[in-house]
Amino acid sequence: MKNFLYGRASSTRAAVDFLSNRKNAFFLAGGTNLLDHLKLGVEYAEVLLDIEDLPERELTDLEEGGLRLGALALNSEVAADARVKSNFPMLAEAILSGASPQLRNMATIGGNLLQRTRCSFFRDIHAPCNKRNPGSGCAALEGAHRNHAILGTSEDCFATHPSDMDVALAALDAVLVIRGVTGERRLPLESFYLLPGDTPWRETALAHGEMITAVELPPPFFVHSIYLKVRERASFEFALAAAAVALEVREGMILAARVALGGVGTVPWRAREAERLLVGAFATPEAFEVAAEAELAAALPHRDNFFKVELARRTLVRALSEVAEKWGGFE
Amino acid sequence: MQHKILLTINGEQYENFVSSERTLLDFLRDDLGITGSKKGCDEGECGACTVLVDGIAVDSCLMLAVEADGCELLTVEGLNKSELDPLQKAFIEHGAIQCGYCTPGMLLSAKALLLEKNDPTDDEIKEAIAGNLCRCTGYLSIIDAIRSVAKGGG
Repeated sequence: MKNFLYGRASSTRAAVDFLSNRKNAFFLAGGTNLLDHLKLGVEYAEVLLDIEDLPERELTDLEEGGLRLGALALNSEVAADARVKSNFPMLAEAILSGASPQLRNMATIGGNLLQRTRCSFFRDIHAPCNKRNPGSGCAALEGAHRNHAILGTSEDCFATHPSDMDVALAALDAVLVIRGVTGERRLPLESFYLLPGDTPWRETALAHGEMITAVELPPPFFVHSIYLKVRERASFEFALAAAAVALEVREGMILAARVALGGVGTVPWRAREAERLLVGAFATPEAFEVAAEAELAAALPHRDNFFKVELARRTLVRALSEVAEKWGGFE
Repeated sequence: MQHKILLTINGEQYENFVSSERTLLDFLRDDLGITGSKKGCDEGECGACTVLVDGIAVDSCLMLAVEADGCELLTVEGLNKSELDPLQKAFIEHGAIQCGYCTPGMLLSAKALLLEKNDPTDDEIKEAIAGNLCRCTGYLSIIDAIRSVAKGGG
């Protein structure tokens, strides 16, 4: 790693003020992504401001069963929390399906939200990459792109968003609490992530110097949910396709549905079209096929990742079926 | 930029100056000569650098030395103070070692598991060592070794 200055922040306000006025400065939390990128040369830092002493680590009850996750809570802590396991099990499942025990012991919730793509060309500073080096082109178009995204892609970039946790948070209608120099704002996770379009280097709505301080989960409406991840080996591997599904079913009819897809989108993919078709339908295999088909109608695969369209469709149908089973099976 | 850090490693106190960008792994190996923790990938994939920081398994290649200020570390050297740790004996008895490069990290991930649960299931053992890659053994002998210690009460 190249030389940088290191300091520890003593207050959130001071940290935000400090960073806002400096270029090439980063907040350091778990460091699992940032230090990796500094070693690779994907990022260049003059200053790292360690924020791990800040008080944003608690998990706090909100009204009616909602939960506030401090952004500095560790992934492993959140997955092990009794309230998360009982009220938001898909979140615990998603976190535990990602990375390794060591990384989950280091990585924070805020850091996971800011996790960057594993596209091998993004990580290789000698390759063209519109995300890392705007206007340089995209080496993945001709190169290895089997694991790349099929939803939310653009001509400039189709790198996959790597997170599992963020997919569950997308389905859970999570709201991010963001602190900036002018105060605090709240942003739904769905508005936080930006599609690559012709500005793939802009990945989130976070301005320089702003800090994610917490994630708020609204009260869970559902009783049954699942995070289903399909990958090439059973552990420590990124998703080829994943589905986060929560359904409320009464007398066979779907009253509410929250669906998000992972491993296939350039952002954690909230499956609004599938949800629209599911709500009001009877929970039948046919209805699930129709919903999954419709969501993936917009998919734009490339040479080596056509399989992901079918894989994502089947993953979603299976996830929906497994949640329906928990409600007592099909009509 | 140099920082003074004070930390405990395997029960001994250390006070050192480190530069900002020094990783905990390089600090252990190159500054202190505590070379049991290995450098495999240096990007958090292989787990050969696993150490326990305040009882928790982490990849020391993705942590700055300065972040360990005030912490208590356990490396593989700390497992056998007077005699081998039961895990080390079990690894030998089960032939859970070939080249040995992954072994220090494997032992510490197993140690972290047994500190938390004294009777883990096979799935829990597999998950505990999911972040430690071994290219020799095929893992089965390692899982057998950890299970034997767990059943013996850790």
